[in-house]
Amino acid sequence: MIAYILRRVLYAIPILVGVNLLTFLLFFMVNTPDDMARMQLGQKRVTPEAIQKWKAERGYDKPLVFNGAEAGARQFTNTIFFEKSVKLFAFDFGRAEDNRDIANEIRTRMWPSLALAIPVFLIGIAVNITFALGMAFFRATVLDLTGVVLCVAMMSISSLFYIIGGQYLLSKLWHLVPISGYAGGVDAIKFVVLPVIIGVIGGIGSGSRWYRTLFLEEMGKDYVRTARAKGLSEPVVMFRHVLKNALIPILTGVVVVIPLLFMGSLIAESFFGIPGLGSYTIDAIQAQDFAVLRSMVFIGAVLYIVGLLLTDISYTLVDPRVRLN
Amino acid sequence: MPVFLPTDGLVWLLVAAVAGFTWVCSRRPHLAAPWARVFRSRAAVASLVVLAAFVLVGLLDSLHYRPQLPAKAPGAPAVYSVEARSLLDVVLTPLRTRLEKTYSAPLATRLFQKEQVEQPDGRSVREFPRLRHGGAHLKDEADWGRDIAWRIIGGLAAAIALWSLAVFAGRRTLARRWPDVPWGAAAAALGALLLLAGPAALLATGYHVFGTDRVGSDVLYQALKSIRTSLVIGTLTTLVLLPLGIAAGVAAGYFKGWVDDVIQYLYTTLNSIPGVLLIAAFVLMLQVFLDNHAGWFATSAERADVRLLALCAILGLTSWTGLARLLRGEALKLSELEYIQAAHAFGVSHARILGRHILPNVSHIIVIALVMDFSGLVLAEAVLSYVGVGVDPSTTSFGTMINSARLEMAREPMVWWSLAAAFVFMFALVLAANLFADAVRDGFDPRVRV
Repeated sequence: MIAYILRRVLYAIPILVGVNLLTFLLFFMVNTPDDMARMQLGQKRVTPEAIQKWKAERGYDKPLVFNGAEAGARQFTNTIFFEKSVKLFAFDFGRAEDNRDIANEIRTRMWPSLALAIPVFLIGIAVNITFALGMAFFRATVLDLTGVVLCVAMMSISSLFYIIGGQYLLSKLWHLVPISGYAGGVDAIKFVVLPVIIGVIGGIGSGSRWYRTLFLEEMGKDYVRTARAKGLSEPVVMFRHVLKNALIPILTGVVVVIPLLFMGSLIAESFFGIPGLGSYTIDAIQAQDFAVLRSMVFIGAVLYIVGLLLTDISYTLVDPRVRLN
Repeated sequence: MPVFLPTDGLVWLLVAAVAGFTWVCSRRPHLAAPWARVFRSRAAVASLVVLAAFVLVGLLDSLHYRPQLPAKAPGAPAVYSVEARSLLDVVLTPLRTRLEKTYSAPLATRLFQKEQVEQPDGRSVREFPRLRHGGAHLKDEADWGRDIAWRIIGGLAAAIALWSLAVFAGRRTLARRWPDVPWGAAAAALGALLLLAGPAALLATGYHVFGTDRVGSDVLYQALKSIRTSLVIGTLTTLVLLPLGIAAGVAAGYFKGWVDDVIQYLYTTLNSIPGVLLIAAFVLMLQVFLDNHAGWFATSAERADVRLLALCAILGLTSWTGLARLLRGEALKLSELEYIQAAHAFGVSHARILGRHILPNVSHIIVIALVMDFSGLVLAEAVLSYVGVGVDPSTTSFGTMINSARLEMAREPMVWWSLAAAFVFMFALVLAANLFADAVRDGFDPRVRV
């Protein structure tokens, strides 16, 4: 087991290197730092001095990958590639455009993101499983059909409309919760309730439908028929046998997203003014803050790989038939 | 003078490809069989009618020309406007040209905001001024209700007449040729469409059916123009996605060994970057690139169009991994089967095995993935435009409509009609696409074959 995990961790390294090279290619090779400086400073009437100053302030005035002016190892370390890309591996993210430390920002903004993402994730799974189980229990009846049609309809609504509609109904019309904003500590609850409700509702359509197919697939198997033949009642079959076994694909399917919960939700956070990592990313995109964007890409990749690793491990834990080799 | 925008060309290319594919399918029974199963589903036929209506609007909007400006002197060389217009613009000329001053509610006769209005006797009063075009034909505003009612009744009557005609004609021709297709569902969908479109069309000649936006342009017109953007993103993306996904997936599954390792490494790397971030990074770089090469484009429409096309390419570049993984698994399974082994033993070349044996046997996965992706792409466009990495701000799309309407939410009373229009059109399009995709999946899935 440990050898397996170690091998998977080692396998993650080339992937991270690949992500790093790709971001370097995108951010520094496709458009040179000069291009970026021109855009940040405005297209017209940019003096070469202003560009040089902009680059020097951010450390973009070095050669891209090879510095001929230096000697020894510094030929490679005193370059943009080393300073901006390689250092990401040490989680040294540098500074944002507003000169704040990105690593520090991430540490403080992580908590609001988690306060929103974890309830959405847990409640969402519970609600989806409940609905899916209900539909599977009443399969091939009017109830099931209505449920499926409702799911498809809910899937067809853009997540933006859920947010806008929820804000309008709960905050503007009924004045139940604040429309947006955030506060630390226990006060956070009243700000997080609405985004959580909307996040859960927005996920019901695709989630319930997917779980329903998993349940139905499980119900077609031989052991279910055997259980019925033994004379077990339908609820017992559903809860004791089908639910337990269908949880395997559900669990392994959702494990991969658990680490990514740290990244927060882009749209919901920015709509509700929650100062998490999602809104940080959106702000960075809109302000074209490439340093923040690079860091978020890297963190996202790391978290995704952790998620894959967790998925593999959880497979072996819940289903002993899966062997690691 | 006709104008060829890059996306127009590709859209028509795609139409030709679909037509060719249909022709090929109709001549081969084994290819036609799954489609026949699809078209036995009532949901598929009904949603296809709705989709066809959207596609019709989108195609009309994909024929562009530059109108000739009135000649200054007789015999002078023809001068063309810099603005590219589409056939849809011509059809919707009344909607396009009847601009109001600012917001007005759906079917309103007066502006949404109070303004100082000069009375005939010289006094100035603060009131809601009459619209320039919406309801301008009414002599007395008290007739408003009656006029609306008559227009709705007229529209319904016209819709019913048209529908009866279509059903009558269809029964004679289509239903006889393909008796298995549930034509009732198609007729019902067509009827619903006409019943909505008829009154809307009649009302649109005198009013703004979905009101007007901040600069006073008709929201219904914007919604109709957005259809093309959505369709382009949903379909042209596949032009990039398909070749990449098929080549990578089939090669990885068939050749195995180091080819498989390299391709798996590639798509795991791409997959590990969160989707929106990867797209945002690509689009921001594109933006820098376009800003630094602004001189390349003659008109802003061309620039916006190139950006739209690039967005499709970026979406394709970042989303081929899912298809590749599916195809890899299937090709892996197929390449172990006896008939492939036999082909190897007979010395058939790799290219021939791939073309004759592997590709035809994974084609159902490709078709399913294509139709399933469409609705996701339409929804993604809205989110990307909201994030600020979507289409050019000058391109009308559902995303830009929602994005600009978001600020109007805070107004009191609320300006809701832009959102409503975007919601109605998007919901209809995505729902139809989802229902059709489900039917296609059921029809093509080998597991349900009997």
